[in-house]
Amino acid sequence: MIGTDALFYLEGVSYQSILDIPDLQINPGVTVLLGASGSGKTTLLKLLNKSISPTGGSIWHTGLDLKETPSIQHRRQVLMLSQQAAMFPGTVEDNLAIGFQFQERKEPDVDTMRQMLLQVQLKKELTEPVLNLSGGEKQRLALARVFLLDPAVYLLDEPSSALDDDTADAVIGLVVKQARATGRSIVMVTHSKAVASKFADETIVLKDGRVVRTMQNRDLEAGS
Amino acid sequence: MSGAVQLSVWQVIFSYLFVLLVLAIVRKRGIRREREILLASVRMSVQLVLTGYALTFIFANPSPWVTLLIIAIMEGFAIFTVFKKFRGKLSGRLKKTIAGAMLAGTLSCIFYFLLVVVQIDPWYDPQYFIPIAGMLVGNSMTGISLGVKSLVEGMSLQRHLVEEALNLGATPRLASREIVNSTFDAAIMPTINAMLGMGVISLPGMMTGQILSGTVPTTAVMYQIAIMLGILGSVALTVILLLHFGYKTFFNHDDQFFPAGCRKHCEK
Repeated sequence: MIGTDALFYLEGVSYQSILDIPDLQINPGVTVLLGASGSGKTTLLKLLNKSISPTGGSIWHTGLDLKETPSIQHRRQVLMLSQQAAMFPGTVEDNLAIGFQFQERKEPDVDTMRQMLLQVQLKKELTEPVLNLSGGEKQRLALARVFLLDPAVYLLDEPSSALDDDTADAVIGLVVKQARATGRSIVMVTHSKAVASKFADETIVLKDGRVVRTMQNRDLEAGS
Repeated sequence: MSGAVQLSVWQVIFSYLFVLLVLAIVRKRGIRREREILLASVRMSVQLVLTGYALTFIFANPSPWVTLLIIAIMEGFAIFTVFKKFRGKLSGRLKKTIAGAMLAGTLSCIFYFLLVVVQIDPWYDPQYFIPIAGMLVGNSMTGISLGVKSLVEGMSLQRHLVEEALNLGATPRLASREIVNSTFDAAIMPTINAMLGMGVISLPGMMTGQILSGTVPTTAVMYQIAIMLGILGSVALTVILLLHFGYKTFFNHDDQFFPAGCRKHCEK
């Protein structure tokens, strides 16, 4: 068993020529991945979610080697929200329910769904067709869809990229607050140092597929 | 009911007047298709004459081996035609699935139809076996072609939905459900539409042929009903087998998705 206290532990992980991480520990809590476009942030999230497998090395999640973990079971626990999450044809309600259908779980009632829409500040009826939603509204619906499923770990790929600063701040703040309150962990990709300094327990900076820095929140606040 | 009017060689030659007519029209209008029309007419005639002689010989000398050989050639040709149509777009696993679906789907229906429905004796009687197998294999080939096209295009065009479904914890079966359902529709609808219009919009070729050769229409109709149901069964079974195993060829052992099909590099 390796690093059972770590949320993820990566050893000698490479993915094609995109990523090369000799050693990295991601702890429970809120972790932010910072870095320029093409630095390998999304690839790292996909590796953690097991939607791709490393071409070299090993990844452990809470002490279990991902190679030995069934992928679907892992993805239901470590849920990924991609940057441009796809909407399924139908209504807002259909999109909130579909995750439960995919996981073969009982769907939540409409009150729970409405409550979740309020939390992500999406003022839309459940019967609204998703075709009528703007980019930012779709992103909030995608967030609500993921949060309703309540996994142990959220992997969020730029969850606020289509939101204005105020909404992003409020929505990410709520998401982080809820995760902390329920003991969930978040690994979040962002370009924003402000988001990192405000919400992260730990920040990992990537450049050209390599980890160049790992900082605790206090280091970031101190501007180091 | 009088017997069939036998066509002499001269009578058939008169029918080539249609070809001359079409050639004259396209030449006059400057449509440069004379070569294709001539080639298609000659090739069709030669192929059918040769087939006629071959079938006459086979019918006169029935043998289980010859019947099985002809079925094998039909199946091989049908499978090869599908591969050729989608050259470069099919993974090795999908090719194996197509071949397996064609063989299992058509052969089970052919044997059921001939041995249980028509009850031919001997079981390899080429006069029944060859034309009926031809119809079932031909229609199933069309169905599976439409199915493969829809499946390959669906996985590519709707890749974002499949990926999203996997992200939300779906199994590959659930993530591909919509694509698989619409593929079944695309493959089976032409057969269903043909059945809906049959006898009203169109008189099917087999029935027309039987009537022209002197069979009582009610007998021809009974055959046509049975063969259409046989075709429906064969197409549906072939496509269901394709879909049941085919969608899996887009995922590897780790349930990771490959929109262009899981090829050698994705296997571990």
